[in-house]
Amino acid sequence: MKDVLRIECSRRNLQQVRDFVRGFLSRRAVPELLINQVVLAVDEVVANFIIHANGEDERQFIDLEIVVSGRLLSIEIADQGDTIFIPKTHVSPDLPEYIRQGRKGGMGMALVNRLMDRVEFFTRDHHTVCHLSKELV
Amino acid sequence: MKVTAQPSADALLLLLDGELDASSAVLLDTEFNKPDLLDYRKVLVDCAKLSYISSAGLGVFISHLQRLQDNNVKLVFFNMQEKVFNVFEILGLDSLMTIVPTQAEALAA
Repeated sequence: MKDVLRIECSRRNLQQVRDFVRGFLSRRAVPELLINQVVLAVDEVVANFIIHANGEDERQFIDLEIVVSGRLLSIEIADQGDTIFIPKTHVSPDLPEYIRQGRKGGMGMALVNRLMDRVEFFTRDHHTVCHLSKELV
Repeated sequence: MKVTAQPSADALLLLLDGELDASSAVLLDTEFNKPDLLDYRKVLVDCAKLSYISSAGLGVFISHLQRLQDNNVKLVFFNMQEKVFNVFEILGLDSLMTIVPTQAEALAA
């Protein structure tokens, strides 16, 4: 079973992305806490692509594909913009230091890494692609 | 996302309604940037209707926490839904911020 979505690079479209992932998982009776974790991981990656890779250029777009095979959930997020954007996913934020500095960002990819079983960024045809997967148990 | 501010004598109650993401975080940040925030002894954040939070939403609280502490303003969250608390927990923010179950406990904190 597969669903696809294409969005323009505007942070206003993040709600649409979350509704898309939520809808797909809700139809498969996935527990609410787990749905929220997957929704959050996808939201973080898409927000990074929209804001950091594409500078919120609404002429650019992002394609999402979500597939479940048995209990394995796989999500592909393909940035169709021209900037190659490979974030560091294994950095653990020093939160007491972030608080001291009054820092706003730098936690998104750490969250994604903790929420999903597997997180991969790679390039395909000069575009950045992110693969996320998680066992739905 | 809707943010409603209800001031009282020494506490500011902020009611969050909806989903706090990279788009709506700007709205909450505006509320935290208001200079009169530092006039209160406490900022109480009612999360009963907060149905989602991303790192951008967490970033608003993290970025203002030190300034509030430096001015003796306590930031307290209450009525947090399990799925929202789970996000604080995954990052370890539940041990760095004050999160209590009820408004009565938030007032007493």
